[in-house]
Amino acid sequence: MATEFRINGQAVSSDAPTATPLLWVIREQLKLTGTKFGCGAGLCGACMVHIDGRRAFSCQTQLADVAGRAVTTIEGLSANSSHPVQKAWLAERVPQCGYCQSGQIMSAADLLKQSPHPTRDEIITHMSTNICRCGTYSRIVRAIERAAREG
Amino acid sequence: MTGVAGLTLAIALDRSGFSDAAELARDINGASLSPWVTIAPDGAISIMSPATEMGQGSMTSLPLILAEELDADWDKVRIVPVPVIEKIYGNPAFGGSITTAGSTAVTAYYDRLRIFGAQVRRVLLENAARKWGVPVEELHTEPSVVVHKNSGRRLSYGEIAGFAEIPAVAPEIKPEQLKKTNEFRLIGRDVMRVELPSKVNGTATYSIDLQVPGMIYGAVLESPVEGAMPEQFDESKVSAISGVIATVRLPYGVGVLAETPWAAFAGKAAVERSVTWSRTGKAWGFDSDKGIEAFATAAHDLAVPVTTDWFRQGDAAQALRNAATVIEAEYRCDYAYHAQMEPLNAIAHVSPLGDAVELWCGTQSPTMAVDTAARALGISREKVTLHYTLLGGGFGRRGHRDDDYIVHAVLLSKAAKRPVKMMWTREDDMHNGRLRPITAHYLRAGLDSTGQIVAWHQRLAGDRVIPYMDPIRYKLGGEKDTILMLGVELRSYDIANQYCGLIYRDTGVRTSPLRGIGYTANKFVTEAFLDEIAHKRAVDPVQLRLALLKNTPRGRAVVERVAQMANWGARRSAGRALGFAFIDYSNSLLAGVAEISVDQVEGRIKVHNFWCTIDCGVPVQPDNVVAQTQSSLIYGMGLALTERISIRDGSVEQSNFYDYQVMRMNDVPDIHIEILATQNHPTGAGQMATPLVAPAISNAFAALTGKRLRETPMTRDRVKKALS
Repeated sequence: MATEFRINGQAVSSDAPTATPLLWVIREQLKLTGTKFGCGAGLCGACMVHIDGRRAFSCQTQLADVAGRAVTTIEGLSANSSHPVQKAWLAERVPQCGYCQSGQIMSAADLLKQSPHPTRDEIITHMSTNICRCGTYSRIVRAIERAAREG
Repeated sequence: MTGVAGLTLAIALDRSGFSDAAELARDINGASLSPWVTIAPDGAISIMSPATEMGQGSMTSLPLILAEELDADWDKVRIVPVPVIEKIYGNPAFGGSITTAGSTAVTAYYDRLRIFGAQVRRVLLENAARKWGVPVEELHTEPSVVVHKNSGRRLSYGEIAGFAEIPAVAPEIKPEQLKKTNEFRLIGRDVMRVELPSKVNGTATYSIDLQVPGMIYGAVLESPVEGAMPEQFDESKVSAISGVIATVRLPYGVGVLAETPWAAFAGKAAVERSVTWSRTGKAWGFDSDKGIEAFATAAHDLAVPVTTDWFRQGDAAQALRNAATVIEAEYRCDYAYHAQMEPLNAIAHVSPLGDAVELWCGTQSPTMAVDTAARALGISREKVTLHYTLLGGGFGRRGHRDDDYIVHAVLLSKAAKRPVKMMWTREDDMHNGRLRPITAHYLRAGLDSTGQIVAWHQRLAGDRVIPYMDPIRYKLGGEKDTILMLGVELRSYDIANQYCGLIYRDTGVRTSPLRGIGYTANKFVTEAFLDEIAHKRAVDPVQLRLALLKNTPRGRAVVERVAQMANWGARRSAGRALGFAFIDYSNSLLAGVAEISVDQVEGRIKVHNFWCTIDCGVPVQPDNVVAQTQSSLIYGMGLALTERISIRDGSVEQSNFYDYQVMRMNDVPDIHIEILATQNHPTGAGQMATPLVAPAISNAFAALTGKRLRETPMTRDRVKKALS
């Protein structure tokens, strides 16, 4: 039986087994490959998406969990990279290899939605779910502060 | 967009004939001026980039160097990854192979890219001079425009490309005809890395993101020990899984082909539950805890002969015998894993007859990727078509002579007779890890009656790397394991008598270059031991370095500046202390200061601040040098504090980021970096700070607690043990 949900504003359905990690449905069936596979265990955050407006590890979310719900991926965060977080990410030249950055950006966007002017400590606590092996952390902090400032 | 009549000649830049590349460059867009540059009539300039991009930025930096001397308008430049044509695009630092490693890209290509750019600019000038009937000396360029000042006439590079005649032989450019540093418009001024915009909206494409028509999915359970083969497994359990197409018995593992990735992974898990392995392969029975003890014993026991005298300067043994005081210490470093964020993967499409393959992967060495695929099928290199992509991290893992993830994809596709996208899970990536080797170091320093260091003597027991990762390079390179050993020499320090003997071991464990290579272990040892000497002599560690650097003014400069930045010598708040380290790494010079505190109950070291100075000559892209230095410091912190692979019965024990802990945002200190720009030839920047971190932390720990941590990583257990 197909599972129906919305992704980036569009209605979609998937015939994958309902226990399939949402991540793989997004990447391989829906071909939205900005969401990344990093660990498959909810440890690195490369797979971070928004479900009904809050961040979630798509590798730890089963397809059945999103039936009837709204999923947003990096591709749906904004048109033309215009989200304040994306703009700040470029202004601060955050990415290196870039592989984790979709997940970082989705986590950061979630933070600013909950807390538009986070403290440094709030940023660090919130963002420590996400690993960046290139160590772009100090630029991520600067970018989040810039996004909060410039909106 | 191809071809404009009359503009199809390429410049033979080294007279060796570049017809293939000329074809390619011409196909890209418009008039091909050399295998490196194409200028279209609309002014678009395509410049080839010979570096693969894994976050280090050289895909942008290398074309920028050429663009500087071409005097191109950077906004009109398009960057094109090179095809795998080694004789044109090969890296001089890697035997002419197309390889991005060792932080060599800018260093090795710098001079030639400047010359190429200047040659193309000269051709444009000469064409404009002919067109206008004026002497070429009366012309100059502004970005992408040739200007005749006397008459006010201007011709854009695109316009010139519309009529240019291209000489058969490239004009000669003398070094003094290149721009002076103060004439640079691009070098030293930050530009946006070309691929960066694609990395904030999900469009950056890595090989794991690709799909090709007709493809299926593959997963592989690789043998836990190199050389082991699958004996038996319960195939019925695998084939019962919905979506599994077939299992494939590989020489070194078991593959599962499936309609979906989840079926492939489930199939692999089923294999794992029942498979048995042949006990062939050297590493069976090897435990790294016992192994490192044996290494340390061998290093310490002077009766154990060294395999080779790796480095000898003066007569350290004699000087040691004559020394007034001898200080000794033993250091150890564990295995470590790359942990690039993209689990390794590749797509292969082998022809039905098995005599050709199309391959998609992220690789640090397109040359090696082609070789690997060709050898896996027993076909010639010409039968391999490689599409290489951005890398989700490299760190040295993706340039082996037989990269396993490529072999997996190729053999699975051959068996399937279809394209196969082969993906590892994180657990596969870690279990199949090719590791930074273990080392044990026994050091002795001889001091004369005034406290001067007159002898530096090391015996290093280490696991081999290059013979495993690239036997051909090992042979061609005179059988020197530079990946293991670089950094043991104290080149900048004024110590006349130095010796390092290598006790060479082959555990059978899979090993690899890893960011920082041998420098990480070897500079940890050197800089921590020097700190011990400073404390024994009651000399300030910074003053000791400055005295030893008396013949290295650039070294003194980075040391003095970082000491100022950290306010070295000033009292710190209670419970905090500073530690210092200096390194010379491939002619880049760095100094660092760590400020730490220690939770004595938990055994946790907290790094609060890290100050770092780097002199890498001309910084081609300064902000990127800072970014790479931040990056390599944090990488070094993980290796220093938490990242540890242990081997039991030949197999990696760790599985994922819960038991292999890399640095997160809440682990990292405030980092303060200054580039000390000099006019020297640019040298490496991609990994140079990694080896600074462990010694600076260990030295700070000693300053704080009076105890020495002589083993990396400095895990909580080890900290607690040192304090007990």
